[in-house]
Formats: sequence, C-alpha cells, structure tokens
Amino acid sequence: MSAEAHNHDHGHDEHEHHHKDTFITKYIFSIDHKMIAKQYLLTGIVMGVIGVGMSMLFRMQIAWPEESFKLFSFFLGERMAPGGVMTNETYLSLVTIHGTIMVFFVLTAALSGTFSNLLIPLQIGARDMASGLLNMISYWLFFVSSVIMVCSLFVESGPASAGWTIYPPLSALPQAIGGSGTGMTLWLVSMAVFIAASLLGSLNYIVTVINLRTKGMSMTRLPLTIWAFFITAIIGVISFPVLLSAALMLIMDRSFGTSFFLSDIYIAGEVLHYQGGSPVLFEHLFWFLGHPEVYIVLLPALGITSEIIATNSRKPIFGYRAMIMSIIAIAFLSTIVWGHHMFISGMNPFLGSVFTFTTLLIAIPSAVKAFNYITTLWKGNLQLNPAMLFSIGLVSTFITGGLTGIILGDSTLDINVHDTYFVVAHFHLVMGISALYGMFAGIYHWYPKMFGRMLNKNLGYIHFWVTATCAYGVFFPMHFIGMAGLPRRYYTNTNFPLFDDLQNVNVIITTFALVGGAFQLVFLYNFFSSIFYGKRTVQNPWRSNTLEWTAPIEHMHGNWPGEIPHVYRWPYDYSKPGHDEDFVPQTVPMKPGEEQLHH
Amino acid sequence: MTTLLVLIVVVLLAVALWQLTKIFDLTQVGKNVNNTQVANDNDNNINGYLMFAFLCFIYLTTIWCLVYYGHFPLIGDSASAHGPEIDNLMVISMVLIFVVQTITQALLHYFAFKYRGREGQTALYFSDSNRLEFIWSIIPAIVLAVLILYGLYAWTNIMFVDEKEHKDAIVIELYAQQFKWEARYSGADDVLGKANVRYIEGVNNLGVDLSDPNAQDDFTSSELHIPKGTRIIFKMRSQDVLHSAYMPHFRAQMNCVPGMVTNFSFIPTLTTAEMREKPAMVEKVANINDIRAKKSQALIAKGEPALEPYTFDYLLLCNKICGASHYNMQMKVVVDTPEEYAAWLKENAPKTIVQAVKNAAAEAKAAETPAQMKDTSSTKSKDTTVVAQAEVK
Repeated sequence: MSAEAHNHDHGHDEHEHHHKDTFITKYIFSIDHKMIAKQYLLTGIVMGVIGVGMSMLFRMQIAWPEESFKLFSFFLGERMAPGGVMTNETYLSLVTIHGTIMVFFVLTAALSGTFSNLLIPLQIGARDMASGLLNMISYWLFFVSSVIMVCSLFVESGPASAGWTIYPPLSALPQAIGGSGTGMTLWLVSMAVFIAASLLGSLNYIVTVINLRTKGMSMTRLPLTIWAFFITAIIGVISFPVLLSAALMLIMDRSFGTSFFLSDIYIAGEVLHYQGGSPVLFEHLFWFLGHPEVYIVLLPALGITSEIIATNSRKPIFGYRAMIMSIIAIAFLSTIVWGHHMFISGMNPFLGSVFTFTTLLIAIPSAVKAFNYITTLWKGNLQLNPAMLFSIGLVSTFITGGLTGIILGDSTLDINVHDTYFVVAHFHLVMGISALYGMFAGIYHWYPKMFGRMLNKNLGYIHFWVTATCAYGVFFPMHFIGMAGLPRRYYTNTNFPLFDDLQNVNVIITTFALVGGAFQLVFLYNFFSSIFYGKRTVQNPWRSNTLEWTAPIEHMHGNWPGEIPHVYRWPYDYSKPGHDEDFVPQTVPMKPGEEQLHH
Repeated sequence: MTTLLVLIVVVLLAVALWQLTKIFDLTQVGKNVNNTQVANDNDNNINGYLMFAFLCFIYLTTIWCLVYYGHFPLIGDSASAHGPEIDNLMVISMVLIFVVQTITQALLHYFAFKYRGREGQTALYFSDSNRLEFIWSIIPAIVLAVLILYGLYAWTNIMFVDEKEHKDAIVIELYAQQFKWEARYSGADDVLGKANVRYIEGVNNLGVDLSDPNAQDDFTSSELHIPKGTRIIFKMRSQDVLHSAYMPHFRAQMNCVPGMVTNFSFIPTLTTAEMREKPAMVEKVANINDIRAKKSQALIAKGEPALEPYTFDYLLLCNKICGASHYNMQMKVVVDTPEEYAAWLKENAPKTIVQAVKNAAAEAKAAETPAQMKDTSSTKSKDTTVVAQAEVK
C-alpha cells in the first residue's frame, strides 16, 4: 500500500512541473476530483431547480384543479397549458420528469457525484481518484444525459409521461399516451447514458477506496462517509446494469418489434403483434435497480450525517463498527427486497410472503442507525451549525418516514395503501427529504473546502427552519389522505365526490409546498453569492479530525503540497480525555500509553 | 398588475432578509473574525430552543392531524370478510408507529436542546456499548417478528384461495381498458368462456371466444353487482396497458396485466344500503354534501350549474397510471342482498354476448344487403381473427 501511494506521489510531482492549466482544462475538461465535484454540484443544482419547480406547478394543479394560472402559461406555454390551464397529459409528464430528475439526476448523481468525488481522495489521503480521465468522462456523460433529459421536455408529443417507473405497455406504446413517443425515446437514451456515467463513477470510487488509502488508513479507520460512498458504489455497480438491460429491452420492444414485456394488446382499434412477453418481468428488472436505488440515494446522505453529527457533537460517533455493519446489512438486504413494490402486481403471492419477510428485516439495521445517532447527541457539546441542523433534521425525517415503511412493507397492509398518497408521503420523507437534507448538510459543511469561503450561517438557519417546517407540513397530512384511499397520479379528484372532503387538505399541502419551495431561493442566493462574497474560511473551520481539513484552503492538483499525510488513529477522537483540544486529527500520532480504539 | 405587486413584495422581503442578516453580522463584530460563520454560543442557544419548539411542532401537527383528519383512514366498517383482519393489523402497526415516533423524536430533539453547545462544556467520550447495540437490535427484531407473523398469516388467508374448495363462489371477470371497466359474468354454467384480445370484433369488445361452449351464456355489465355473503372470485384482464382494480372499501386491490389473468377474491359483508347507514358513513356523506353545497353556491354565482348532492356508492378505481384520463377510470360497485342480486341476474343474464353479436350481425346484414358490398374494415378484422386463431393454437 505505502509503496503504491509513494509511486503515485512521485508521478504526480513530475506531472505538476510540466503542466499548465488553461481555462478549458481547469474549469471544463478538468480531471481534478475537486473541480469535477463542483461540476456535479452545479449541474445537480440546476436540475434540482427544474425538478422542484415542476413539483410546485403540479401541486398547484392538485390544490386548485383545472384553474387557470399565468404561472402555467409562463412556464409551460400554450401547448402544455392552453389558456393557463394545465392539461392532463402535461400533469402526468410533470410528475414523471419530476420523479426522474429528483431520484436520478439530483439525489443519485449530484449527491454521490459531488461528495464521493470531493471527499474520497481527500478523506483517504490520496492525490486524486484512481483514474482522473474516467472521472471526467463520467461527469461529461452525466452532463450529456442531463441535456438529453431537458431536451425531451420540448418535443412535440410531450416528454415521457408514464411515471418515473416507466412501466410498459404504457411507456412502450405511443398510442397509449402521447409522451410515449419521442419523449420516451429520449428518456431511455438519456437514462442509458446516465447509467454509463454512474457505472464509470462507481467503479472509480471502489478502486480508489481499495487501492489509494494513505499509510495507516486501514478500513476501520475510514470515516463513515467513505464507508457509505464505498458501499453505495458497490450496490450501484450491482444494480444499475440491470436497469440498463431493462431499458435496452424496452428500446427493442418499442423500436424493433420484440416482445420482452408486451403480449396480447388491443389498442386504438387494432391488435398488436406482440405475444408472450410480460410487463411483470419489467417490473422485476426495474425494481431490482429501483429498490437498491433508494439506498444509493440514502446511504451517502447517512454517511455525510454520521460525519457531521460526530464533528458537531464533539463526540465520537456512537457504535462505529455497528454503523459499518448496518450500512453493509442495509446494502445487502436492499438487493433482495425489490418485490415489495409488486405485492399486487399479479406475481405469485408466495413471493409476497418472502419479500415481506426480507423487507421488514431492513428495519433492524435502520433502527440501529437511528438509535446510534441519538446516542451520539447524548451528553455532547452540540455546535448547532446549519449543517448540524440539517443532519438532525435528516434523522428526524428518516425516523418518521422509515416507520411507515412497516406498513408498506407488510404485503397485507400494502393491498389497501398501494399507490395511494400514503406511499408518496412515505418515500418522500424517508428518501426524498432525508437525502435532500443530507445533501444540504454536506453543502453547508464542505462549502469551505469547495470554495474557500463560508456560507452565511443566518441564511442557513432561515433555510433550515422554514424547510423543515414545510417538509412536515407537506408530508404529514399526506399520510391521511393516502389512508383515505386517494390514489396518486390523479390529475384531479373532482370526478370522485367521495374524495371531496380531502380537497382542503390538498390546499394546505400545496401552500406548505409553495412556501418551502420559495425559501430554497434563500439557499440559492446564499450559495451563489458566497462563492464571491462569502467570508474567507480558516483551514479547519469546524475543528474536524478528518484529513480533508489538513489540506490547504487553496485548491491544488494533488491536494497536499509535499508528502501526503499519514494516519495514526480513527477519525472520531473528539473530546478524548488526555488531550488539550476537543479534537485530535487523524494525523496526530498516538501518545505513549494512549488507548487505541478501532485499530 | 398583481404579478408586479407580488414581485415587489418578494424583492422587499429579500431585502429585509438581507438587512436582517447584516444586523446579525454586526452583532458579531469584535469576535474571532475568521470564524464568524461558525455557530457560537448564542446560535447554539437560539437553535437549541428552536429544536425544542420543533418537537412541539411535530407533536402539535400529529395531534392536529389526528383530530381533524383522524376520520379519513379506511379503518373500521370494512365491507368484506377479510377487511377486519387488515384493519386490525393496521391499527396495531399504527399504534406501534405512534409510540416509537413519539419517543424517538422526543429523545432526538430534546437531546439537541439539552446538550446545545456552551463554551467550556465538555462532551462525554463515549464511543461504544455492545450491550446497547444488542438491546436496540433485539427489540425491533422481536417486534418485527410478531408483525411479520401476523402479516403473513393474514396474507395467506387473503391471497391463497383455492377455487376448487369454493364451489359456490361466483366468478366474475374484471376487464380493464383505457379508460373504463367492464364486468363479465359467467352465466348459468359458472364458468367464464375463453377470451383473447385477438377475438375482439365489433360488439364482442372483450374478445370472448364465441365458439367456446362455456362462453355461450356469458354477459357483461358496466356496473359491478355482487351479492352479500357469497365469495366472489375476480379474474382480471387488461386489453392495453397496466391498470389496477382498487376497491378501497373492500380492502381489495390487484393489478390488471395485459397478457395474463390475475386474481383477487373476497366475500362482501355489507350491502350498499347497509353501508350508507353506518354512522361514520352518514357523517362523512353529510360533510361532503356541506362542502358540495358551498361549492355549488360559488358555481351558481358564476352562472354555472350546481353540483349534485352525493350519495355513497362503492367504487372500483383504477390505481395504476394508465394514460391521460387515468384520473377518471371508475366503475360503480353495488352490493345487493341475495334476493336483489337474483332479480338483477334475471334481468341481465339473457343479454349474453353471443346474443349481442348475433343481433349486431343481423342489423349489419339488414343495412348492407342493398349495397351488396363488404365493408373493408370488417374484412380486415376478420383476417386478424384468423391469424390470431392460428397463433393461439
């Protein structure tokens, strides 16, 4: 290990003497992991604004159905919202693209892409990723896929509108819905490119963590962020290729007449030639990615939270090994629970029993994580920075959202709440809001590392408290309308007098959503203005133990001038008795006779 | 004009916020200049109290939702024999969730408040306890084991219905297409005739194989009538995309998948009339009618027709996104007493599909005879039928 690291060192020093950065190599086709992280983050923020903006629009339609809004004509234009009234197809396409963008482009690519790239080399003490070139290609493929996805919004027949799960036959047949024409083709192409990007990135993370750790950085001295990114990358590599194959098969069905997923279809007055395929097969393939995907989104957020909670509690993270074990257990279980999305899909009910069993097991490692976070807070000296608030907020929504998983994971109860707003409330809290909080926490915490300046904390506090209030205001009441049997993805509920008494709840939800959405502007303002006008940071503003804070504030190729740091201890020696400061960086050698935890 | 005003308000708000943060910044003058954006004791204090306030907010939201929305959830008054089992499990799970939620949120936010940072306070160096880890692995494990066992017991009872055991059951086909439902009854022989989309032609819009002896007495209805107290076995088909047959009051749901037949079965226990008289339902309907009356007033003021008053009916909804009009794909479900059902059968059973096809053919012949010409479209669909029959074999 040390020999390898040393060689790498050497090569890099030489490289640095000969190499001059032009604007293009520094800011555009950069192979430096820190710049690529920033590129991921900026692209993610742009996509996030589009995704969240869409949700504001369709929430307005749900609360005030079929009313005319100037906002609609402004953003959607005459074709999608004639006279300012959103059409039903537009509604479905907004729902679809909102889901796609938020799940894949923001919470998968931008979250992992930003923080894995930024932190893996810096926290394990490496000069850069194992392959800077692959890393660059990974980002640019992601960028291309984002562009294709955004372009799909402008095609004549409308963007994909079969839901983000794109179940065939709806997604396969342009006769079934307009969005399944060119819009769907672009969706599939975009996702295929996206998956390639994601795989290149993941492979790079795995190789880097395994091979490029600095001297003394054993696996049990890794910060939990790195553990989370590492395991996330592994489940990504296992499950994303399955979605790629499903997407390719769907492309074959759509364009080349195969029948993987289609059979016995009569639509628009004619019988189609498809015979022998099954949509249930697609559901299996989709959810074989789709469920691990939930944890691909969530685990990095939990990793970030672990690091931030420990640092800001000035306490070691409680149960370091249990945390690692639970990450591994969650990752393993996540690959064998996909069927809980399909209890009533028509698959054999016996499989339902099996998937109920494995699904509810996930609650155990999740409970361990939640309790460990709470215990970490206990008797701490909590520094309530914005990043810490978002981390605590994450634990809160992770518990609230996770608990309702007990209902949805139980096949018997799923019969009556499947595909209702109960599901929407559940997954938005447990993975959407939680992962978003993780991302915000990470941005507030590592902003100084990325830009050399601090975010304004007071704007951060306003951002957190309004967001937290609105998130509960939106999703807590939503459970109740779901349990009343209100199906999701309905353009309007006015055709069901049965649901008339739920309408005022929808108005409340939308009001909270609009306020919460508007206050994200505070964050955007803070983010962009602080790049130029933020207070300059000190080298280690949060007085943290991990290696990234030993690197100079000014970014440089190779991260550290001179030798890379050596590591002598685990990253969570906060408030350790026998030391003057309440933190002991990993680079500080053990004192004679000092007790060593987790060697 | 309104847009302009709103814009001005937004801009002013932004300016106000900005000035507010300036004031905050000014209070920091003289302190460690480099660390002005790191939380100090004052921030910890304010945000610690806010954490406590947020805990109250969560509790108040919960209580508020329970008081005002507590009657929404479909718990109690289920209209099927297996319903109470699902409702019980739901109540047990909900109680458990509320208990755990109340305790853990309290701990989380209270600790965040209690241990907020103070200059000179030292955190406890406490990194591990195998005993604690053991406790909070084993307790969820036991609780979940109970839930899993109960859940699986109920699931097995609901889903594993042996059709041979239930000879007296009524077999009904639910047929889904964009964007409507149809029910096909098996008629006197209690056996549904074979069907495939390739047989769809004219009035035979469910694709029933007219040559199948079992199909001769099959008839369809756009309203689902079922008798109270008899097991109903639903066979579900879809002709185009995925749909989901969702009957919330019966705690029943199953996807309809093109290319295969899916099943769900239940015994209705409350007739439509009985359900309408349940106190909870009476209250719900009265409430809905209040809301509709208010809406009607607004509509009349605008010169539009008023809304009709609502009476409760069971519904079958589509609950899997199936296209543009997914939001309005519904069928009325009527639970009859056995006598009413028999009367309904008597009236509707003679209108068989075979008869309808014959009638349509006779009409077409009557219309066609003078022209002596064959309609091109019917030739085409006949061809498809032949090809399809060959393929099916």
